[in-house]
Amino acid sequence: MADLPDILTNWFATRGWAPHPHQLEMFARADDPATLLIAPTGGGKTMAGFLPTLADLATRDHAGLHTLYISPLKALAADIGRNLRRPVEDMGLPIRIEDRTGDTSATQRRRQRADPPHILLTTPESLALLVSYEDAPRIFAGLKRVVIDEIHALAESKRGDQLFLALSRLQSLCPGLARVGLSATVDDPAAIARLLARHPDPCTIVHADPGPAPDVAMLNTDALPPWAGGGAAHAIPAVLDQIRQHKTTLIFHNTRAQAEIFFHNLWLANDDGLPIGIHHGSLDRTQRQRVEAAMVRGELRAIVCTGSLDLGIDWGDVDLVIQIGAPKNVKRLVQRIGRANHRYNAPSKALLVPANRFEVVECIAALQAVAAGDLDGEPRGPGPRDVLCQHILIRACAGPFDADDLFAEVASTGAYATLSRAQFDDCLEFCATGGYALAAYDRWQRLVQRPDGLWQLRDPRTAQRIRMNIGTIQDTDTLKVRLRRNRGGKPLGEIEEGFAATLTPGDTFLIGGQIVRYEGLREMTVEVTRRADKKPRIATFMGTKFATSTQLSERMLDMFARDDWPEMPRHTADWLHLQRQVSHLPRRGRLLVESFPHDGRAHTCVYGFAGRNAMQTLGLLLTKRMEDTGLHPLGFVATDYATLIWGLDPVTDPAPLFDLAALRDGLDSWLAGNAVMKRTFRASATIAGLIERNMPGQRKSGRQATFSSDILYDTLLKYDPDHLLMQITREESRRGLVDFARIEDMCARVQGRIDHLRLDRVTPLAAPLLLEVGKVPVSGAAEERLLAEETARLFAESGLDSLAPAT
Amino acid sequence: MNALPLSLAGASLLALGSGALWWRDQSLLCVSDLHFGKAERIARRGGATLPPYDTRDTLNRLSADLLRTNARTVICLGDSFDDLDAARGLPEEERLWITRLQAGRRWVWVEGNHDPGPIELGGMHMAELLHAPLTFRHIARDGASGEISGHYHPKASVRLGARSISRPAFLVDRNRIVMPAYGTFTGGLRCDAAPLTTLMHRDARAILTGTTPHQVPMPR
Repeated sequence: MADLPDILTNWFATRGWAPHPHQLEMFARADDPATLLIAPTGGGKTMAGFLPTLADLATRDHAGLHTLYISPLKALAADIGRNLRRPVEDMGLPIRIEDRTGDTSATQRRRQRADPPHILLTTPESLALLVSYEDAPRIFAGLKRVVIDEIHALAESKRGDQLFLALSRLQSLCPGLARVGLSATVDDPAAIARLLARHPDPCTIVHADPGPAPDVAMLNTDALPPWAGGGAAHAIPAVLDQIRQHKTTLIFHNTRAQAEIFFHNLWLANDDGLPIGIHHGSLDRTQRQRVEAAMVRGELRAIVCTGSLDLGIDWGDVDLVIQIGAPKNVKRLVQRIGRANHRYNAPSKALLVPANRFEVVECIAALQAVAAGDLDGEPRGPGPRDVLCQHILIRACAGPFDADDLFAEVASTGAYATLSRAQFDDCLEFCATGGYALAAYDRWQRLVQRPDGLWQLRDPRTAQRIRMNIGTIQDTDTLKVRLRRNRGGKPLGEIEEGFAATLTPGDTFLIGGQIVRYEGLREMTVEVTRRADKKPRIATFMGTKFATSTQLSERMLDMFARDDWPEMPRHTADWLHLQRQVSHLPRRGRLLVESFPHDGRAHTCVYGFAGRNAMQTLGLLLTKRMEDTGLHPLGFVATDYATLIWGLDPVTDPAPLFDLAALRDGLDSWLAGNAVMKRTFRASATIAGLIERNMPGQRKSGRQATFSSDILYDTLLKYDPDHLLMQITREESRRGLVDFARIEDMCARVQGRIDHLRLDRVTPLAAPLLLEVGKVPVSGAAEERLLAEETARLFAESGLDSLAPAT
Repeated sequence: MNALPLSLAGASLLALGSGALWWRDQSLLCVSDLHFGKAERIARRGGATLPPYDTRDTLNRLSADLLRTNARTVICLGDSFDDLDAARGLPEEERLWITRLQAGRRWVWVEGNHDPGPIELGGMHMAELLHAPLTFRHIARDGASGEISGHYHPKASVRLGARSISRPAFLVDRNRIVMPAYGTFTGGLRCDAAPLTTLMHRDARAILTGTTPHQVPMPR
């Protein structure tokens, strides 16, 4: 093993530190083509990733870019920059370190292209943009190493797919490039290693000492958790108690809306005036930065937050993490717990707060999983083709290319290793002509093949439009919220366009912990005042709802199989015993279906335990099947655990409803017009470049020139249902919001073993569902009827009906 | 019929759920903002290659309305083509389709801001059309009455509890009707936006298109 250069050894010594064994091992493996480090939070991951770079640059001259560092967060890139500069300055090394993100000025970016620093810290999107430049070979000349931080977070998303495709391009420009991945603890390191390495190269996996087991428990509250809902208001006094007893507490929520409500309630009960802040992705950047700065200075006792604080920025002395609501996913829970106590070798302390009775069971299942070190992973399928389409366009921006070369590059990316040439050609065809069954764009192709066989942009000016639309992050359309002032007041954050559309002047809602009053919309900005004269509505944020993982669901079912539950609070154990007495408890490998009358309607409850997205989809599909068979369903509600359907006629035999082929058929035909499918389509169409979010010289607004992506979807469905983007949409619907794969898994596990119980009243397990919000009325006919009623009411109320002509 | 009756300057009209306006007494069907060739124009200008089925979809719907009404006169109220090149670049099949629809009918292309000039298709081409007591023009004029116009692509939304349904809409007051866009690839302008709120009288209503047309006081 080569030794660390003296200058580095001495630096460690002067700080009173010794390098961790995994840091030395990473140094020893500096020349491996790919290395993945698995280390817990606070394990000196970053230093491990950069040691070989510092050692190399300390001992020999290097012109141009040496190491590229990629992180999922802009803020993390900036943070790492600060942390790296300190040792470099201490040692007096001539190393230039700069970051390049969406926040970097245009002047700075131009300079970086002409004269790159030794170490460039950036994000996947900024890297994709760099790769799209014609002078990319010059920018990256001399590049030796690439370090991907928080690779476990990137590996789960299309941002990762885009990053690894960009790496395949870099590898062609710099054949000796060494790849390093830095990951938190994950269930399947080998899966991440396969993504990191150039296919089929091997990838070394280095494990750091995982440190002591965390200290996790359920928070005891005097008040009982409610039967349904996710607010956890009952836990406010107990949570305040914990905040008082600790230095700094992070209070994690699963959704932004829940964080807003909880913060509001916490503030109302905060009689001691403890300094507490709120942080989530929809708050204005300056607001977030103020909270972050206060946190680093140690001025805050608690921060109510969401996944925006999941990733590795070191926010100072957090000594307690509280998770409000069931964690839904053990892996994420463990990573969150790691945020408490950034000192290596000290146990992290965390408390779980179930928001309702079902979640009590889920939290106990999660505690068992944490103790067993059993993390959950849902394997991702092959690399999505919408991201590949964008990559092809990015490649075209950089200059003419050969399709065979590009295919070889793409196939060297782990996620795309199984991509067939025909699938690749479909994507290329889509980028060139749109890929329609009707050849319409012979003259106006986006990409054209030259006589020498190379592909290039027909109109070089297109490159600008493509570059402006690089990225795979799906922002739902949001509107900025500002306080109303003469010259535009303080920005507060953003809300979704869909929620804004339901607001009328005078409505109030919560944002950043304050109640504001909607005054009006001006130039695509929501104007509000600080006036709270009625109960606030809660802004909805789509796409942030996690589904309970398969592993946790199965653990819950295993718990139901036991005779008693001494580890559970008495109230919850009693509830389960009562359910067992009057009905059954759900069992693994079987499907419990209960039918009972309630409130004059026939109810059917299906305990599928497939996660909220799949249970929602199941509700849509089952009600469609029930409508077909004349059972007159009226609506349904879904949770992570069950779907409750009500209607006019009772279900007598559920077996035919769960015929998988019929369900799949329902997905294809009826869900085709469903809003969730349309959103899935929109995401893919935007990534693939069919829909442009940004246009040169204009910001897309509510102008009459733009039309909704739903129209594109409807048109393709009608005239070209096998189009590439429709294929991609169907593939995507197996996961994510539709999550049909979990319905398939459920049907496969159950194999027709359905326990149908007809009861005379609502059962203990079904009762909470009656209280759930988010009830979905069934069918377009119902919507049309509601619309007719509402428009008639509005019309009559206005007195305008007296003006309408008699027919 | 799937339609809502209304009257303007004494003429009895029907707002069809499809977004067309039917004047039964005159056997006259009016549609606005067809934007034929929109996908082609976007591609021509270096934008995305959108599904090239917009023109045939618009024609499918127009054919259905013509079959239903058997109108003797058809008025296309401007922006029938996304630009003049789109009119020239129309595929043969779609050009013939339009010709078939025109057979045996009076067909008027009213000029719009997107298609301000003659086109090489059958039918009359006019800046505006007076068909007493109504005037058909592309862009509404201040102070006009008995006026049917298009241009703004108005849409209106109705809130249903936590949801909001937004659809292309006719805007109707005592002086005028502003037509929704009929073309498949057309977006909408919310009727609470500035040019429409100042244009329309206080008592204006909006008729949402769709399976069944519904009217509401124009949301402002």
